[in-house]
Amino acid sequence: MLNVNFYICISAKPFMSGIVSYGSYIPYYRIKPEEIARIWGDEPERMKKNLFILSKSVPSPDEDVASISVEAARNALKRMDVNPEEIGAIYVGSESHPYAVKPTATIVAAAIGMPLEYFAADYEFACKAGTAGMQNVKAMVDSNFIKYGFAIGSDTSQGAPGDALEYTASAGGTAMLIGKNNTIAEINDTLSVSTDTPDFWRREGEPYPKHGERFTGEPGYFKHVIAASKAMMERMDTKSSDYDYVVFHQPNGKFPSRAAKILGFTEDQYKTGLLTPYIGNTYSGSMMTGLSAVLDESKPEDRILAVSFGSGAGSDAFDITVTGEMKDYKRDNAPTVKKLIEKVKFIDYGMYTKFRKIIVTGDSVE
Amino acid sequence: MTELSRIWRETEYRYNLIGFKCNNCGESYFPPRDICPHCHRESIGKMEKVKFSGNGEILSYTTVHDAPPAFKRQVPYLLALVKLDEGPVITAQIVDCDPDDVNIGKKVHMAFRKIREDGTNGVIEYGYKFKLD
Repeated sequence: MLNVNFYICISAKPFMSGIVSYGSYIPYYRIKPEEIARIWGDEPERMKKNLFILSKSVPSPDEDVASISVEAARNALKRMDVNPEEIGAIYVGSESHPYAVKPTATIVAAAIGMPLEYFAADYEFACKAGTAGMQNVKAMVDSNFIKYGFAIGSDTSQGAPGDALEYTASAGGTAMLIGKNNTIAEINDTLSVSTDTPDFWRREGEPYPKHGERFTGEPGYFKHVIAASKAMMERMDTKSSDYDYVVFHQPNGKFPSRAAKILGFTEDQYKTGLLTPYIGNTYSGSMMTGLSAVLDESKPEDRILAVSFGSGAGSDAFDITVTGEMKDYKRDNAPTVKKLIEKVKFIDYGMYTKFRKIIVTGDSVE
Repeated sequence: MTELSRIWRETEYRYNLIGFKCNNCGESYFPPRDICPHCHRESIGKMEKVKFSGNGEILSYTTVHDAPPAFKRQVPYLLALVKLDEGPVITAQIVDCDPDDVNIGKKVHMAFRKIREDGTNGVIEYGYKFKLD
């Protein structure tokens, strides 16, 4: 049973709404942990082993959450012929919106040709803001407010120079188009757990986040991810072996694999969606991009448990079943996650600091 | 300060590569034109807004080493003349590749990128760039 201190947001009896299309985007550039360790005097093998990280994505200077979100949404629309005029809502979840005041959502909506009348907002709940958007869009579809809606999780996340976060904080995003018609994957149910936990935060105006050391593991990540997973399996009357795939939020390579083992999942169930070793932690894009990688390979009737985590803290769980529509779905009209991971360029720490604006040029316009 | 009105006016065209087609002679134009430069008054009322596919090929290119402040972090970068499949030739950056990967005739497709920022407190301008297919 769940601790009574959790706030459990109940959604949803099954209304047959689900994922109509999806698309991801991961920047082209990568940096290896060896290169970061070289600068800060860390032992590279220890960092690689402790975090299970082999490389992380780096946004180029002309990429931000708006550009990443647009690319992800356009990839979703390449795979399914949906008229943008029928998309009635767009929510973009991120910790790194380009503006403090001026929505990313409207930039994305303009870039994909949405009409004048639509619901829009930017969401923030650490790394689970994108999945909070999925829940909101699903509720709006289920209640016939809208026909289709976009939920996007996207970040160009921040890690202070020399901080352990610098090894994993990366960039990328995924867009999920949710509706009732032609769903390739039904969202059977969703729920959330939330508490007030000081595991990780970034104060207004501060460039880098801070983490509450011992709070990041047990009281933060594991407590919420495991509680949300167990609550979902209890609600759906399922056990770990009933799922073909499981995907969790992945702040590093170790946490999700440990959570999977605690819950009784095997490596075969979680390895497809585990991307952090190759791209790092894309924060709001993390679990959604893992789910994107799973959908890239899944087939009709596959069942997926997907659980996000956002510091502060909370988890959103989704029980998903892939439908027969997946057979005719045009997955190859946009790059799969595997393809986005293949073509990369590795940069050194000097280039990384230039790209991430850690080097200040002094020019006011750039 | 960046021209806010120009950015706002051009948003639709720059985000989605929207231009105009003259239904008198069939030529397409980008950036948009109210009058066809070939048909002049014959084109009045016959210019139709069209969304280009975003696909094209490189007609010519150069590598920029001495760049304005807005592009300083990207130096060296590639600037190309891209002939869109629908006909218009536009100037745009080619991103996410090495200069050695680029050749005249290579196929490209549109990418959505940040073009420039007006300092740390000004408006951010977005638009099209291109990537190799």
